[in-house]
Amino acid sequence: MATIVAEASGMPVLVVEHEMPFIRKYVFSTDHKVIGIQFLFFSLFFLLIGGLLAVLIRYQLGWPGKAIPGGGVLPESMAPQGIMLPEFYNSLVTMHGTFMVFFAIMPLLVGVYANYLIPLQIGAHDMAFPKLNMASFWISVPAGLMMMASFAVEGGAAGAGWTSYAPLSARPDLSGVSLGQQMWIVSLVVLGLGSILGAVNYVTTVINNRAPGMTWFRLPLATWALFISAILILLSMPVLSAAMIMLLFDQTIGTNFFLPAEGGQPLLWQHLFWFFGHPEVYILILPAMGFVSEIIANGSRKPIFGYHSMVFALIAIAFLGFLVWGHHMFQSGMNPALGMSFMISTLVISVPSAIKVFNWMGTLWEGNIQFHTPMLFAVGFVMLFVIGGLSGVYMASTPVDIYIHDTYFIVAHIHYVLLGGSLFAIFGAIYYWFPKMFGRMINDTAGKIHFFATFILFNLTFFPMHGLGMKGMMRRIYDPAQYEHLSEIQDTNTMVSIAAIALFGTGIYFLVLFFWSLFKGKKAPANPWNATTLEWQTPSPPRHGNWSELPVVYHGPYEYSHPDMDRDWLAQNERPDIVSPAHPELTDQVLAETGASEEPSPGTHTDGAG
Amino acid sequence: MDWSLPLNASTQGEAIDNLFWLIFWITVTAFVVVEAGVLWFLWKYRGRKGRQARYTHGNATAEVIWTTIPAVVMVFLGIYSGRVWASIRSSDSYPDDALTIGVMAKQFEWIVTYPGEDRMLGNADDFTIRNRFEIPVNEPVVVMLESEDAIHSFFIPEMRVKQDAVPGMTIPIWFEAIRTGEFQIACAELCGLGHYRMRARVVVHDPTSYEAWYDERSAEAFAAEE
Amino acid sequence: MTRKAWTKGLAASWIVALAACGGGGNGGAGEDTGGEAGAAAGGDAAAPAVDPATAATIRGVVTYEGVSPTMTEIDMSEEPVCAEKYPTDRPMTEQVVSADGRLANAFVYVKEGLAGEWPAPAEPAALDQVGCRYDPHILGLQAGQTLLITNSDAVLHNINTQPTANRGFNISQPQAGMVSHREFSRAEVMIPVKCDVHGWMHAFLGIVDHPYHAVSLADGTFEIASLPPGTYTIEAWHEVYGTMSQEVIVGDSETAEVAFAYSADMASADVPMAEPLVLTHGPDDGHEAAHGAGNAGADR
Repeated sequence: MATIVAEASGMPVLVVEHEMPFIRKYVFSTDHKVIGIQFLFFSLFFLLIGGLLAVLIRYQLGWPGKAIPGGGVLPESMAPQGIMLPEFYNSLVTMHGTFMVFFAIMPLLVGVYANYLIPLQIGAHDMAFPKLNMASFWISVPAGLMMMASFAVEGGAAGAGWTSYAPLSARPDLSGVSLGQQMWIVSLVVLGLGSILGAVNYVTTVINNRAPGMTWFRLPLATWALFISAILILLSMPVLSAAMIMLLFDQTIGTNFFLPAEGGQPLLWQHLFWFFGHPEVYILILPAMGFVSEIIANGSRKPIFGYHSMVFALIAIAFLGFLVWGHHMFQSGMNPALGMSFMISTLVISVPSAIKVFNWMGTLWEGNIQFHTPMLFAVGFVMLFVIGGLSGVYMASTPVDIYIHDTYFIVAHIHYVLLGGSLFAIFGAIYYWFPKMFGRMINDTAGKIHFFATFILFNLTFFPMHGLGMKGMMRRIYDPAQYEHLSEIQDTNTMVSIAAIALFGTGIYFLVLFFWSLFKGKKAPANPWNATTLEWQTPSPPRHGNWSELPVVYHGPYEYSHPDMDRDWLAQNERPDIVSPAHPELTDQVLAETGASEEPSPGTHTDGAG
Repeated sequence: MDWSLPLNASTQGEAIDNLFWLIFWITVTAFVVVEAGVLWFLWKYRGRKGRQARYTHGNATAEVIWTTIPAVVMVFLGIYSGRVWASIRSSDSYPDDALTIGVMAKQFEWIVTYPGEDRMLGNADDFTIRNRFEIPVNEPVVVMLESEDAIHSFFIPEMRVKQDAVPGMTIPIWFEAIRTGEFQIACAELCGLGHYRMRARVVVHDPTSYEAWYDERSAEAFAAEE
Repeated sequence: MTRKAWTKGLAASWIVALAACGGGGNGGAGEDTGGEAGAAAGGDAAAPAVDPATAATIRGVVTYEGVSPTMTEIDMSEEPVCAEKYPTDRPMTEQVVSADGRLANAFVYVKEGLAGEWPAPAEPAALDQVGCRYDPHILGLQAGQTLLITNSDAVLHNINTQPTANRGFNISQPQAGMVSHREFSRAEVMIPVKCDVHGWMHAFLGIVDHPYHAVSLADGTFEIASLPPGTYTIEAWHEVYGTMSQEVIVGDSETAEVAFAYSADMASADVPMAEPLVLTHGPDDGHEAAHGAGNAGADR
């Protein structure tokens, strides 16, 4: 049992009374670090599942109509004699997107790192609502189980795309899927609730629980990004839940929200879904951008270039993200005048993203670059995200979108931003914070192999898809050879499939490396990367409650390579008398605000004793 | 696979292709600047013993420059694209007295309704053919697009034409073919198990052969009805 | 909340989630399996013994009076794989197949008068897709009997059934040689079958609880054999001209002749479709077809 009591000095102090049983410590835990790690195992599992589904999709596209090796284990309703049926293919594309977006990338970014990092980076003992936090993880588990189980029911798993457009998704007689679609809906509503509960925690904690001296503009960019993403979750997720419930009612109890026969509107689904869906994709990229900023500053041994611009860019992207949803609907039949307005807002939103890219370049400029594995992935993020962002310009232009909408050009874009972008940042984050989480290092050479193999195979898989889209290859089609205009691209599809299967292999390599390092990795010091933010000023892994006495913050988050210092980094909570001479007035201000004495206080140093 | 768009076959396609390639050059330039810049910085500022990074928190001028340039480019693209969009989708852009053809999308076929001699739909002289869309060259055509069941999408790649067919809506789109030949309608919105095979034949005729085809088909249609 | 309550609550939610997914598999539609014969429904009940010495036959002809409507040629030009299968014999629509005053494709079956339970035969009823047509156009089978669907065309067909008393299905067969097995658990006359990829493809399945059904041939004739002697109501169903029924009494080893005379003016008849069949049996009658009860899963 651990409680936080106020000491005579007014500083909160953690008092640990007795050892907790295993189930309270590691299973039903309220410790944000344990919950973050639980989310990590949860999401890595679903990343594997999503990848497996992608392999099946690519197998069909690479060798259309051929029996899948080992496909005999699949039931006849999916693949008789191992030959995939079109309805199963539709389920595969649907579930691949669903698992990857909702059960892999989003929890890897938010569930893992919002939970793990926020209290550590802001200098708090735990989240504002630890029990709510536990609930948010354990709600996600049945959601995941239900999504997996939906493959086994009659009619199979949902097959209307991860975007689930009505009326196809609302009418089992059109899709062939009945219970599976309903389970898909319920699972996502439940998962959404878990996300909302988590977001409540993240927002409250960042606002209320910052350590003394941790002003808003001293927050690390990872925390900023996670904080803003949490606000996006709070504002957008309920819209999805509402739309999902309406869809469920159309499916089951005879309402007609999206069914035109009795006055419903199919386009209403699209508006509701994308009103959520677009902020969702920013939820999927902003935390990634935050991690990349952390790692690039650390790897370059320089403060992040343009910290304030970076924060404002995050806020601008988040805000504008609510104004662009119609760019998914340019060809949907909505009023063409809306095509104009959404095009404008979409072109505008590319500007803050460009600002961030240039600021990362500015951080590299004149740096002293260390090429550790997290840095490779962070730089890889920048290089690949740029491609994804630039491809977005084509689709922002409404007339060009007439041609490339619903083609593989879009698929290329999605994967450059979500895989080349988010997943590369996630890999970087995993390598970077693994020592803190588990007290062990992942071998850097092995990590570099992972990086280079992934980078090369990723580009071989997804870059050609821009070309496939240019040739007019539509999305979600089981056999492109059925169309004359696609008769020449089969070789490209086969090559892409080979690269994709190899890419999956690199994922397996990573999982093996990850689990091997859990048990056999070299023991990690408190601060293996010589980083400045607060989480590195605790032991690896940190104790329950993180600090016995909360740290006091004196500096911004990226004080690397100050010219007057011997070493090239300065922790945020290091003593004022080692502070940068450039801003002495801030030092005095902090001393005044916090009432901290000039003497070092016990427990705020990175001596491993916590 | 070469990196080219299919040979354009419509008037609007020309404008779309030009815009596509303009965006291509803009994005390729940005790509080269950024990626070469990153790689150069990685090389030039690689960590070496005794090296000290420059301690700076940023530069306001740089921020202004790299905010303004992308913004200006985006404004330009917005205006240009807006013009092209209006030339295709604004109500003024729709041709008057055009040949009007009805296309009803259904799982998994395209039911095409041709007008009678009055070139308008909705009267008794219309006739319907499954999966064949035949039009004359160099003449604007208006398609009244509908769907019977799920959302489908009417896509003719060479014409750079795409429009979702939504049940409960009748959506007019127009285009004008600039060369004769055979093409296909491909469904471009997931609509069920047969989505991958929902195609129809498009034939663009020269004027004489169009007349001949039309007369033959409408005669057949009305003979069958006796 | 206490820890115990948390644990119980979570366990309960998991059990509910797992039970929900377990509940999806009942009803009549089976799975595609290779070469397996369909399961017989209600096979334990004793089949009424039909003594071959006294077994009777009902035979007849379905006639048609009036000018038969002309069937039109199906335009298969957009499906060359199928169009090639008709080098000389053109594919014609099949709603009314009639020549020389005879009507083919009428489904004739015993509607009333049978007592007892009839286990489904082990041999499947076969529905083939060849030349983008269903073969046969009208197929009778028994509830619980396996329907064996094959695709003899190298194109995608889907088999979309729309029953009301049974659980329907909509499955695809994208390649030639694919085989699927399904069955229907309840009697229903008739179940429409269509292919969505080829809108001209239609067939009808007549599901009855006994083996006494037939489809009239091109010359209008049909035969229902091995009947126990008795009094029966025989009904004929035609997709355009509707239903007609009559009573037939057939004695030991007798062959009764019946005729159904359709005519052109019956075309406007309200053709009963997908109607669940109510059978009147003897005292041990356990059958009742409820309208749309329970099992209408895949159709809405």
